[in-house]
Amino acid sequence: MGDFSFRFNGLRVIARPSGALWLPESRSLTVSDLHLGRATRMARLRHQLLPPYETAETLRRLQAEIKALNPARVISLGDSFDDSPAMAELNPPDLALLHDLIAGRDWIWIRGNHDPVAENPPFGGRFCDDWQEGDSPVWRHIRLDGGADISGHLHPVVPLGGRRWRAFLVSRRHLILPAFGAYTGGLEISDPAFDGWLRPGHALLCASRIMELPLP
Amino acid sequence: MSSLPAQFQAWFAARGWQPHPHQIALLQARGDSLLIAPTGGGKTLAGFLPTLIDLAKGGMTGLHTLYVSPLKALTADIARNLATPISEMGLAIRVEDRTGDTSAAKRSRQRVDPPQILLTTPESLALMLSWPEAEKIFAGLKRVLLDELHTMEESRRGDLLMLGLARLRHLAPGLQVTGLSATVDDPERLAAFMGGAEVLRAGGGLAPDLGLLPTTAPPPWAGAGGRYAAADVIRAITAAKSTLIFHHSRAQAELFFQALWLANPAGLPIALHHGSLSREARGRVEAAMAAGALRAVVATSSLDLGIDWGDVDLVIQVGSPRKIRQLVQRIGRSNHRYDSPSKARLLPVNRFDVLECLAAIEALRAGELDGPERHPGAPEVLCQHILNIACAGPFSADALYDEVRSTGPYGALTRAEFDDCLQFAATGGYTLRAYDRWQRLMERGGLWQLRDLRAARVIRMNIGTIVQREMVRVRRRGGGEGGLLGEIEERFAATLRPGDSFLLGGQVLRVDRFKELTLEVTPRPKSAPKIPAFNGDAPGASPELSARVARLVRQGGAGLPAPVRDWLALQTERSRLPREGRLLCEIFPHQGDYTLALYPFAGKRAHQTLGLILSHRMEVAGLAPLGFIATDHALLIRSALEVTDPQRLFDPATATEGFEDWRAGTSLLKRVFRDVATVAGLLQRQLPGARKTGRQASFSSDIIFEVLRRHEPEHLLLRATEAELRHSLLDLDRLGDLARSLPKLDPVFADRVTPLAAPLLLEMGRVRLAGAGQELAAARMADALMEQSGLSSLREDADG
Repeated sequence: MGDFSFRFNGLRVIARPSGALWLPESRSLTVSDLHLGRATRMARLRHQLLPPYETAETLRRLQAEIKALNPARVISLGDSFDDSPAMAELNPPDLALLHDLIAGRDWIWIRGNHDPVAENPPFGGRFCDDWQEGDSPVWRHIRLDGGADISGHLHPVVPLGGRRWRAFLVSRRHLILPAFGAYTGGLEISDPAFDGWLRPGHALLCASRIMELPLP
Repeated sequence: MSSLPAQFQAWFAARGWQPHPHQIALLQARGDSLLIAPTGGGKTLAGFLPTLIDLAKGGMTGLHTLYVSPLKALTADIARNLATPISEMGLAIRVEDRTGDTSAAKRSRQRVDPPQILLTTPESLALMLSWPEAEKIFAGLKRVLLDELHTMEESRRGDLLMLGLARLRHLAPGLQVTGLSATVDDPERLAAFMGGAEVLRAGGGLAPDLGLLPTTAPPPWAGAGGRYAAADVIRAITAAKSTLIFHHSRAQAELFFQALWLANPAGLPIALHHGSLSREARGRVEAAMAAGALRAVVATSSLDLGIDWGDVDLVIQVGSPRKIRQLVQRIGRSNHRYDSPSKARLLPVNRFDVLECLAAIEALRAGELDGPERHPGAPEVLCQHILNIACAGPFSADALYDEVRSTGPYGALTRAEFDDCLQFAATGGYTLRAYDRWQRLMERGGLWQLRDLRAARVIRMNIGTIVQREMVRVRRRGGGEGGLLGEIEERFAATLRPGDSFLLGGQVLRVDRFKELTLEVTPRPKSAPKIPAFNGDAPGASPELSARVARLVRQGGAGLPAPVRDWLALQTERSRLPREGRLLCEIFPHQGDYTLALYPFAGKRAHQTLGLILSHRMEVAGLAPLGFIATDHALLIRSALEVTDPQRLFDPATATEGFEDWRAGTSLLKRVFRDVATVAGLLQRQLPGARKTGRQASFSSDIIFEVLRRHEPEHLLLRATEAELRHSLLDLDRLGDLARSLPKLDPVFADRVTPLAAPLLLEMGRVRLAGAGQELAAARMADALMEQSGLSSLREDADG
């Protein structure tokens, strides 16, 4: 299967090779940094015309996870949309797929720095600034010092064996998800953004199976 | 002599010169010409005489002559050379150069008030053609000189240059174009490349004095540096007036330079020159060379071309030349005087290399010259060109198509192919019409133009066809602006921590800190340095060269130097020599994995193709191949598990399903796609203003490649990638022939690296494979790291 099961501040979690986080007890699936509509945004702002299929790609992979696990709840951990016009410009087939995925599930859009501040989107789900189950760690877009949290935003990648792998990062108080979106870049863990709070910890690399790496 | 104006006759006479026949011929030519002359044959003067004579008449303002050369160093050199006749004859002619090294102030001035003679590079020309003022600046252009034209054939750079030339002809009707070239195998083909020209030949130079450099110690079994012969090279430098030493890679040049200094107690002035050193550093070396202040320069191809430094009388090539052509060009550098032979010595870097060097010498003596294969102009270059000229102003698609078709490389371009490129430039060329609102180009009133003028800035910043690795600048701490030492590849820089040392410009530099995109360093002569890797691609040698080497190997070194005979004797002991009609196949363990070594001597392209096929079969058989190296003589495939039945791998009946996907997963294909996509303008190398760290901002082209393959397999860039792959791989149609023509196997299972394979294991340019093997290797590393770290695993099994 390739999954990696562990405990994070009392919560039993499973890191999936796709980059999604699965909580078997509450049947909730978390993905982060989808950046839907990125290609359109790059066309608009950077005059760069990338293949316009990244939303379809990202949703296809999300659909595969949802089909496999049948979650009761899906949490999208921020930067779900590349920006507000990008959200408004999603094309009909992608919108239809999104609509189907959301139907019948509790769908939570955690607000990220890229996401529009607006009302709940027309295709479903609700925007929240953060999320918690009882006294579990807090789901938020960007890590905060203090209590335990589950966050995204950083798009971590770890170089190993001549390749860069997307990875989950786990320290005592912080669990960071890799970026799930297709056209998202990555930040290497040697970057200063990871100093001071990550180590000692572990990286869980998303290969066809999860590979565990120490971060002493 | 009488065909020259009096002033010029006098000048020639004062120098004791007679104009060469080809110089007069060029003067009298009407229409376009191609002058073929060996280096030192007065090509430059031949090219410029018509211009100087024209301008000497006086009364002409604005740009008269454009000179284009592939090397920045060359334009600087030409400027120096032209200064002499111009000042000695008191001509009122302004000559300026314009390259990436030219200051911003000077460049702005040239845009408004261009000189009469402008010396530039193909990239700078493309940039100038993107200006709205291009029409005005080039309207009065009379002549274009294309120097070292033979180096531009069969390259994207040449394609872009020819497109630019067509534009110039459109802006300046009646333009006269002269190509200057070293000796080539097929001058008519080169003439067709430049759009048709009369071929003029200068008389041939004398046959070169060519041989192996005598060394006191034999070359090592394996190695690439030549450092074993440092003392011998010093001896050669001492005996000559001025020497050029060529290396295949910057890293090797750096190491060799260090080794030379250690063997140089007499303190002969020797300098280093390569493309990653700062402009100032390179300029100092060039000036010192021109002034005759240096005894030797250690260089890479940065100094390859015909810079006229007169007194170079010895060229040493370290490591066998990959192409005879390259050797001829480099030899052309010594003894520029037309009437005495050039002297060149080859220094083999290992025992296998001795064979390659001998084969090269044989080939040269037999007069063999390898030429490039003809291929049509690259589509991605045309895409870039369309965007470039859109920046200058609206254009008609019909007119542009005719213009493009008038070039050599795009002479057979169909209207459909042109429209494909135009569509790509305008909308990205996707079947899913996602970008109509944001398209880059739009049609209005029958003319195409930029939808948003702001796009011009980004387009201009990305002009060019040379796709380099990400580079990080290296600056001496506290050195301010003058402290820039050069640059190193980002991938290497990522392995450095404060306190590490590395070698650059012949100095050992210690890393102090990273500051944005710059590495600050301090010289630390005593530390042991890491060696920066500058990634280069070794070009394949010609099939003739491979065949010669094969023959020498099969003979077991009879008649060859003792070290080579010893080495091949050892090979016979540990394994066997390849024999005629059989394919030697060695299998041995190496560094925890296994290597399969094959010696078909069929050339790099065939071997790379074979590597893809065999590695795919190995993957299917569960042998976890990790990567392969293909050279002109051999193929080495590394795998986690041992190949116990090699004959099975070669069985033509073995299925090849999934080969396309396998091929697409290799670093070879991904790299070619990345280059194609970058040149076409899909991926942007430079972004204005943005804080750009190579690691983060530019996401990988690999995912774009994957997405395109899945959603638009017929996309222009994928087709362009296939076209580009013909340089590295055989046609898939010929694949069947290859598989059937492979001779019977001679399998050998050895217990360690064999003498024949040893030198090849150090070759650069390993093709990485994306199969189970890659993850296996990474997983092994991860496990080892977990064990070493002392951290306990997080894992808890999911059983409650």
